Amino acid sequence: MTIKKIFIAASLALSVAAAAYAEEAKAPAAGAAPAMSAPAAQGAPAATAAAPAPNAAASVATPAPAKAPVKKEMKADRTITIGMFLVIIAVTMGVVVWAAKQTKSAADFYAAGGGITGTQNGWAIAGDYMSAASFLGISGLISLYGYDGFMYSVGWLVAYITVLLIVAEPCRNAGKYTLGDILSFRTSPKPVRAFAAISTVAVSTFYLTAQMVGAGKLMALLVGIPYKMSIIGVGVLMVGYVVFGGMVATTWVQIIKAGLLMAGAFLLSFLVMIKAGFNPIGFFQTIVSSPDIQDHVSKMVLKDGVILSGMDAGQRFLEPGLYLKNPLDQISLGMALVLGTAGMPHILMRFFTVPTAQAARKSVIIAMFIIGGFYILTTLLGFGAAIHLTPQGITAVDKGGNMATLMLAQQMGADIAPILGDIFLAFLCAVAFATILAVVSGLVLAASAAIAHDIYVNVIKDGHADQHEQVFAARMTSFVVGACGILIGIAAEKQNVAHLVALAFAVAASGNLPVVVLSLFWRKFNTAGVISGLVVGTVAAIGLVMVSPNMTYPKVVAAGAKKVVAAMEKKQAALPPGATLAETDAKALAKAKVDAQQDGTSMVGLEKPLFTLKNPGIISIPLGFMAAILGALAFPNRRSEEMFDEVYVRQNTGLGMAKAVEH
Amino acid sequence: MAEKQYDWKAIAKNPKFVELHHKKTAFLFGWWIFSCVYYFLLPIGAAYTPGIFKVKIIGAVNFGYIFALSQFFVSWGIALYYSHVANKDFDRLTRELIDELHL
Repeated sequence: MTIKKIFIAASLALSVAAAAYAEEAKAPAAGAAPAMSAPAAQGAPAATAAAPAPNAAASVATPAPAKAPVKKEMKADRTITIGMFLVIIAVTMGVVVWAAKQTKSAADFYAAGGGITGTQNGWAIAGDYMSAASFLGISGLISLYGYDGFMYSVGWLVAYITVLLIVAEPCRNAGKYTLGDILSFRTSPKPVRAFAAISTVAVSTFYLTAQMVGAGKLMALLVGIPYKMSIIGVGVLMVGYVVFGGMVATTWVQIIKAGLLMAGAFLLSFLVMIKAGFNPIGFFQTIVSSPDIQDHVSKMVLKDGVILSGMDAGQRFLEPGLYLKNPLDQISLGMALVLGTAGMPHILMRFFTVPTAQAARKSVIIAMFIIGGFYILTTLLGFGAAIHLTPQGITAVDKGGNMATLMLAQQMGADIAPILGDIFLAFLCAVAFATILAVVSGLVLAASAAIAHDIYVNVIKDGHADQHEQVFAARMTSFVVGACGILIGIAAEKQNVAHLVALAFAVAASGNLPVVVLSLFWRKFNTAGVISGLVVGTVAAIGLVMVSPNMTYPKVVAAGAKKVVAAMEKKQAALPPGATLAETDAKALAKAKVDAQQDGTSMVGLEKPLFTLKNPGIISIPLGFMAAILGALAFPNRRSEEMFDEVYVRQNTGLGMAKAVEH
Repeated sequence: MAEKQYDWKAIAKNPKFVELHHKKTAFLFGWWIFSCVYYFLLPIGAAYTPGIFKVKIIGAVNFGYIFALSQFFVSWGIALYYSHVANKDFDRLTRELIDELHL
């Protein structure tokens, strides 16, 4: 108990210290802002980050914003924002203290004792799933690339059909706390649990790292809290929620976040619709006839050698192909999303928290309405930002467009009253903060469940651990996993982590999903199948990403930079004598000159990508399925086949399940 | 957590369970495949038949936008339909099965 109190006090003190430190740091990270493209998109949509990738050639090729005065930075009012942060921290800490008292058994810690209702779980799934990247990144993509941004968001909802139809109810009935539970039912438990745990930890780490780096950069940009401080602050809170509150506290953090997010999105969309006179057709007409959007599109398509102007350019904004240019890559990403979500350990884990299969079903349906509703609203937010702030204004603040929603909130509020602008912006910053906490907490819990429950309790201790020991192991591993998350987050500050989210989904889709589906539905499936499916799917996904364009290839960078140098020198030569390049151009030239010197090979020793797609799913998912099937057929196992009846009856009827605990 | 022992093999052979199993499998995989096909029409269509996506339907709103929007409603439709069928048929069959077995 005392340790608990000290820890809570320490995390509160740390948050306050972070805030105070940020107050002191004068003229803070503002200067750094333009340098970082796409902090949140690095979290996710940048999976196909053709544009936001920090590619020297791309960023200089864009001419400086032509139009009038555009704001170059955006800062939330610190006092109000930090006040809102503290309210969220206080409320969630209250939940943690309450939850900590209820967490007595391992079932309480990992699965909230199965006592979460369908409705609560639905909100929590939505809160667990909608990361800061989708919240800020997708409306940003819509504001800069129009239709493609919206098309991008569709897969995030469709993914839940797979979750609903294939995994939710059977998992509820067949599993207990982790992926390993589902897979080890009729196989040799030890090796299967060990492999499932490795895969879970890998997926969670990729996703967590992307979230942590995104979080740090976002906080630096929004509130001016230095990167390291943000990571430590977010990390300490995340560890606090998970270690003390387990699944109950994590669930409530996710529910609170989903509620705040939906409230913010609804309010902002409502304000956009007021401006559009509640006329959706007129709203789209405004987009097409906006001169700024027309100008933005005509410059964008000019790169592909197309000349468009006026209404044609405006209409082009509503047509596909401005952002997602490689169809195979796009389809591959779609496959990873649609199949990967159902294999994500932190999503699977949410189905162990409800008392019945009916509640699991209900929770997915509720989550689908929340998630779908949110992604439909991103159209209004994204297009609204394009209309009211102009794409030029948005890119001036952040090249990836991640600030679009926040800028829109500030403007919409300020149009009513200046102070409302600050309050609304602060509110959305607080939502972004809550979002990060909710997502990272879910991931830490999933990773620590895999280590503590699968590896420690079931592999090392052979399942012989009493409740007290299990809960202690769970808390210790959560602490260690969280601490590692903080360290990785700090270490990865300068890395481009965009590919990590794509990687997490690809591994989940290629490694986890095939073995989950086959264990649940295929009589002949067995240990050999699980292991070969997990290993081949995971290795194929990681291997393909390692040789894909996601990695940095110094020679390719140098070649691009040389082109930039040539173009800039030409531009300089064309200037009248004595004149110098504009500041941005000069900076770009200096950077390109340095980049042009780069030499060497990528991390795995390649000069250029071996595999041309950024998303490996189209290859690795079929490979994962094939390996799982072939492995099972090659080493048939009578016992696994005989036990299928039990698995199938259990998952369909819920017979043999432990009873739930009320919360 | 003293678990009751069940004769899983016998239950699996029970006609009620067989009926449940067939109905469920056909429904789940049928609709899952439908939703996947419908979803992949979006990226495939946008890439290979952009002309269709550009056709204006109402004002500036084109087919592409309406098709993307329809994905949300189709997904919701499948979800609601599934919950309707599951609540009505699957859960009823499961209950009858459990009653019959006196579990």
